[in-house]
Amino acid sequence: MLAPAEGGLLDLLESSQRPCVLLKVPRKHGKLTLLCDAKTDGSFLVHHFLSFYLKANCKVCFVALIQSFSHYNIVGQKLGVSLTTARERGQLVFLEGLKSSVDVFFRSQEEPHPLQFLREANTGNLQPLFEFVREALKPGDNAEAAWRCPVLLVDDLSVLLSLGVGAVAVLDFIHYCRATVCCELKGNIVTLVHDSGDAEDEENDVLLNGLSHQSHLILRAEGLATGFCRDVHGQLRILWRRPSQLTAQRDRSLTYQYKIQDKSVSFFAKGMSPAVL
Amino acid sequence: MPRPFHPEGAGQLSVTPSESVRRGAERELEMLESLLALGGLVLLRDSVEWEGRSLLKALIKKSAACGEQVHILGCEVSEEEFREGFDSHVNSRLVYHDLFRDPLNWSKTGEALPEGPLGALRAMCRRTNPGPVTIALDSLSWLLLHLPCTTLCQTLHALSHQDSCPGNSTPVEPVHVLGLLHEELHGPGPVGALSSLAQAEVTLSGAMGQASAHILYRRPRQRPTHQTQWFSILPDFSLDLQRGPPLELQRHADPHTPPVDPTTQLTFNLHLSKEEKEAKDSLTLPFQFSSEKQQALLRPGPSQATSRIFYEPDAYDDLDQEDPDDDLDV
Repeated sequence: MLAPAEGGLLDLLESSQRPCVLLKVPRKHGKLTLLCDAKTDGSFLVHHFLSFYLKANCKVCFVALIQSFSHYNIVGQKLGVSLTTARERGQLVFLEGLKSSVDVFFRSQEEPHPLQFLREANTGNLQPLFEFVREALKPGDNAEAAWRCPVLLVDDLSVLLSLGVGAVAVLDFIHYCRATVCCELKGNIVTLVHDSGDAEDEENDVLLNGLSHQSHLILRAEGLATGFCRDVHGQLRILWRRPSQLTAQRDRSLTYQYKIQDKSVSFFAKGMSPAVL
Repeated sequence: MPRPFHPEGAGQLSVTPSESVRRGAERELEMLESLLALGGLVLLRDSVEWEGRSLLKALIKKSAACGEQVHILGCEVSEEEFREGFDSHVNSRLVYHDLFRDPLNWSKTGEALPEGPLGALRAMCRRTNPGPVTIALDSLSWLLLHLPCTTLCQTLHALSHQDSCPGNSTPVEPVHVLGLLHEELHGPGPVGALSSLAQAEVTLSGAMGQASAHILYRRPRQRPTHQTQWFSILPDFSLDLQRGPPLELQRHADPHTPPVDPTTQLTFNLHLSKEEKEAKDSLTLPFQFSSEKQQALLRPGPSQATSRIFYEPDAYDDLDQEDPDDDLDV
């Protein structure tokens, strides 16, 4: 039960969800969590999940197309993880899109680069990117058995549309990642997509809706309808789809408001921000 | 052997409590059976909020229970996840054609179905088994995103009309085709094309946690009929039909968080005592035009002090008595 004071994101998901909480119960297959934001910046959720999975000793493959490594590292340090350390000991495989996109043009053509689609005039598919992910998360020999379930984190998928990849190609990429990471390796996928809202972007809508249908859990960060507020930064809608055990009555959707602080995010029920009471 | 056809119970509004259980079971049979009674395509249109795979699985369970063999072209979930929740009797009658693991042949191991999705779909058109068969397409949306709409519609038409194939000497059972379609992914054109192919169209929605199905039947040589059915699906994929939309009172309280009264811990007082309330109600507002005020204005009594203005001009003030606007011809 969430008191109208502070609560972390995890407590939120745990208290309102019955079995199969993130890592505690062995599951038959992994989960795809979709993060989406509308009229606000949902990247705080990406930072949260990154630090959460690293702290939980999972092997993480992070496809970071938006920001540089040092950006995530700085935010990660505030949340208590060091990405540099994680990368050095092999727990984190980091694809820095901003830096490696330049490598595409200076590499020989024999080995396909994960971001090979940047070179092609008619962007075919994201198969090289999928091969990269599969290679990064495949279970290694016994020396690496220390890590728990593999996790794929993508920040974000909407930028792929801006780079010329079709929505169906992105959906196929996530489809294959689901087949490998969720079903075969029993790991999780967390990915961020922006909701264009009123700007009629059909490709983005197809991508967002297609991913929503594939997801088990959708976290939607929305700006407040009335505009910017200093004490309440937005509201978070949680929608559970495809629960592992169907129950006749279940809370499928919850809404909370949040405020982003320096080292954490506090959640509270709608209208119950400590600042406005 | 033709499937028995039950009449719809939509016109029965009042049932006695003793009959309601029996009628409920009958209505369950009616909804699923009437959907499966006609051969041809049954289109399940779902959305992100109201998913349709559980209803698809309920229909599959019903078909399997009637002794049919069910072929599933699975594109969106793994076989393991799809078979979850079915008992062994149902699972033994399911044949899962796996288009989930490697639909586009990226792994190049040769495990993928040859000729891709279209080939797999066309293979289902060629049946050797003369018995009754149900084909479930999970999902039509995936096929629509990867195949041209016209090809898909032609193949679907061929799939659902296999009994009229030329060269078949023995009459073949009608094929039931169940297609799951995610409405938001497609424009009105493709959705309309698929809808025109369907003998029955189920649109899923709901309110306040309760799912509803709006069913449109297109029976041959009859007018299209509508029916709305509120239901919920139990963990074993049997259907639990509800009488009507959920009562608002039942769903009001959120069972997890008790309603919190925000006025309990304030530093200021929001409540009025009885005397304060009376005083507030009897107060006349200064700018409200009441009859007393009207009388007071009409009678300029001596109690009204005439107001005078005392003006002390400054050193630099120009005391020109002439009206500067005099020359305006207004």
